[in-house]
Amino acid sequence: MTEALKLTDLAKSFPVGRGFLGGARGAVKAVHPITLSVRKGETLGIVGESGCGKSTLARMLVGLLKPTSGTIEIEGEAFATADPAAFGRRIQYVFQDPISSLNPRKTIRQIMEAPLKRLHNMPAEARKERIAEIFDSVNLREEFLDRYPHEFSGGQAQRIGIARALAASARILILDEPVSALDVSVQAQVLNLLADLRAAFDLTYLFISHDLAVVEAVSDRIAVLYFGSVVELGPAEEVFATPRHPYTRLLADSAPVVGRPLAAPEAAGTDLPDPLNPPPGCAFAGRCPHATDRCRSEVPRLEPIGDHARVACFHPLPA
Amino acid sequence: MTGFFQLLARNRLALAGGVVLSLVILLALVTPLLPLADPDVTDTANRFKLPFSEGALLGTDHLGRDLLSRLLWGTRLSLAVGFAAAIVAATIGSAIGIVAGFYGGRTDNLIMRGVDMLMAFPYILLALAIVAALGPGLFNALIAVAAVNVPFFARNIRGITVGIAHKEFVDAARLAGLSNTRIIVSEVLPNVIPVIVIAMSTTIGWMILETAGLSFLGLGSQPPQADLGSMLGEARSALITNPHTSIVPGLMILVIVMSINLLGDGVRDALDPRLKSGALSRPMAATRVDRKGPLPAPTGAGLLEVQGLQTQFHIKDRVYRAVGGVDLHVAKGECLGIIGESGSGKSVTALSVMGLVASPPGVITGGAAHYEGEDLIGAPYRRLRGMRGRNVAYIFQDPLATLHPLYRVGDQLIEAIRAHRPIGREEGRRKAVELLTAVRIPNPEKRIANYPHEMSGGMRQRVGIAMALANDPDIIIADEPTTALDVTVQAQVLTILDDLRRSRGLAIIFITHDFGVVAQLCDRVAVMYAGRIVEEGRTADILGAPRHPYTARLMACVPEVGGGKRRLEAIAGLPPVVDRLPEGCAFAERCLKAQEACRRDEIPLVRDGASAVRCLYPNDPSREAAE
Repeated sequence: MTEALKLTDLAKSFPVGRGFLGGARGAVKAVHPITLSVRKGETLGIVGESGCGKSTLARMLVGLLKPTSGTIEIEGEAFATADPAAFGRRIQYVFQDPISSLNPRKTIRQIMEAPLKRLHNMPAEARKERIAEIFDSVNLREEFLDRYPHEFSGGQAQRIGIARALAASARILILDEPVSALDVSVQAQVLNLLADLRAAFDLTYLFISHDLAVVEAVSDRIAVLYFGSVVELGPAEEVFATPRHPYTRLLADSAPVVGRPLAAPEAAGTDLPDPLNPPPGCAFAGRCPHATDRCRSEVPRLEPIGDHARVACFHPLPA
Repeated sequence: MTGFFQLLARNRLALAGGVVLSLVILLALVTPLLPLADPDVTDTANRFKLPFSEGALLGTDHLGRDLLSRLLWGTRLSLAVGFAAAIVAATIGSAIGIVAGFYGGRTDNLIMRGVDMLMAFPYILLALAIVAALGPGLFNALIAVAAVNVPFFARNIRGITVGIAHKEFVDAARLAGLSNTRIIVSEVLPNVIPVIVIAMSTTIGWMILETAGLSFLGLGSQPPQADLGSMLGEARSALITNPHTSIVPGLMILVIVMSINLLGDGVRDALDPRLKSGALSRPMAATRVDRKGPLPAPTGAGLLEVQGLQTQFHIKDRVYRAVGGVDLHVAKGECLGIIGESGSGKSVTALSVMGLVASPPGVITGGAAHYEGEDLIGAPYRRLRGMRGRNVAYIFQDPLATLHPLYRVGDQLIEAIRAHRPIGREEGRRKAVELLTAVRIPNPEKRIANYPHEMSGGMRQRVGIAMALANDPDIIIADEPTTALDVTVQAQVLTILDDLRRSRGLAIIFITHDFGVVAQLCDRVAVMYAGRIVEEGRTADILGAPRHPYTARLMACVPEVGGGKRRLEAIAGLPPVVDRLPEGCAFAERCLKAQEACRRDEIPLVRDGASAVRCLYPNDPSREAAE
């Protein structure tokens, strides 16, 4: 079994309350130390609500943000510095908003050529061939190449975004909410395209989304993120069907499903914990019906449970 | 580019300015070719000749020099210095602004504080200081004027660059292996150039004036060389006795600066995307109504009955049929869901009811919306304003955009009540606390003093609901109220809405794109596609056995939690653009069951008991059940 991506104690905190001469007065931990590995050819889904650190994690993985501590190993090679150009040949990013991820003043051809030119020093003739090849694989017509981004619908623009990521010849793609800006009928087109590309080019995906149903439909394994930490990790078909962490259960119960009556699974007024003043124990303890004194004083570690799953909870739910 | 010139030409004043400026520039360019007297040859015998006299069309100055010749040569020089100063200031200022904005942090701090210091001096003092240090002369005046204007460009461009540097396409360029320098040149610069042009077009006139000012004080062009400022300065002593020597250059300055400013304003309006999309044309207080043909009479169905509603957007010579004949009704205590993709007309339908579609470009071209028998469409504005929020209230998608950021939420709630009835301070406060309690905001006495930014997204949307409830409306129209919220918060907000309609008998029109939400909250549901309802009926019927192929296939596209990893159904193609709707069924293009007849005529919404479907070949639930 080869590992495409291996994170060891990867963490990020942002300084806050910058003083006049730059002395930070405190730090917000956006991502608590995360240890995680993604197998080659696998799709790892990452779900979490807004502010859980999923985008910060994603940006560290492609070198757009420098981790505060921890290491990233891509295909067996450790990347110590945050240099997007070095990461770019191995790992690429597909953005949430397809239109704003394309420079409005460049033609699609210019956008597509950038990674080929800068990352691979490809000569003009080879570039042309390669772009035609990629465009064919994402079902886009070559005549689109000389148009500008505003001429495309969201679904087409997202295909272009995916084509650009493929152009870098990276074998790992970070998909950051790639379909949440799209209409449902187009969303399915893009998700199916991603599945085809994965099979055709032997790609590894990190699929980040807040939509549980979408993540479940595309992933092999799912990691649930809460307040900057992975609280549960397991096979996609089990995570929401038999949640082991109370937070996963809350998420699964909150998702609206046809045929299930409406019932708020939780009382109002339970806000997320304050990032400036994090609780000493489990971050979910304040909202958790099973919380004990131990939960409020000690941080649970991600431990194996059952055959395949891992959960960070002192009182995991029965399977 | 042609679009830019068309926009510019539509602005009459800008066009006039452009024509005048072109004439002046043309004159300045051909000056060396014209048979003019030498501007610097003095002839004291013929001093102060009046205009239109023999041999001197505009007369002569105090040294007998030909004024026409001096004017044209002076204009040439003033324009050249003004343009050169503008280009120098724009280049240096923009470069400083881009570097500061792109790198941010300490670089930004250092540069911008330096620029601030430069701006702290009055401009004329700074220019005088520079000229004093470098010595008088036109070239030094140019440097002074350019230097004085650098901060203006630096600040403007820095602001724009900060916004662009955080755009996703800049991150994408980094991942494509571009260096910072390349990103600045190829990603940032092309996007700030329009702003640089705007800033230049609005300041170039000012720079010509500043140069003239320095020359007037004798610090710019040195005698005998003429520019407009020095001509004025030399004519100063003869202002009373021979006013024409001052009036001639003065008028030229007026014409140049005026035409540049008019053209500059036009360029700004044509380039600014916000102004282009109509931010300058203030929308009317209620949507324009232009209905032709007979109006439908109320049938008494429900509390609110919309019949044959048609709303269009008239943009230039295109007509977008956003809503093309929609019928729906909602009864007391009932929840009607409207489901559809973006551009299906679901929001425009909802906004049309209370005349909230922006006009221009929106026009309601047909149909009626009866509230208790009264037609709201075409009702006078006073009447509509009295009913907005009082009888029909709205909840919007983004509560951060609908709440005023500078007022406390309690005050905004009280204001919503005051719009309809006078209310005292104490009573208002009590009512606000009551409303926040009704939407289950914990600790409402403290929360009313919060500003919107101090609340989480879920809390803000609760305030949005509380505001909609402020005047005990009968109908609430909720336009994707939970789309921006996390699932756990969405569940809470939906529960609140459901409880409210049961406890207060509210009628709710709930607009969404999520079948799961519709299933949990709505009694009936209408599915919209390309501006029309394609299927309508009881929620359980439609979700259990959709009859329109579009509904069926849209539902199949949506994954549901609990299905495991799988391939999703997709609908090939895109919805039609509503300014070019096809004949017949709008979905025929993407439909697997489409026949010749589907593409021919108008397809009616056929009602059958509680449900209705707009399809010639609907799915048959009984047959499919048998299969």
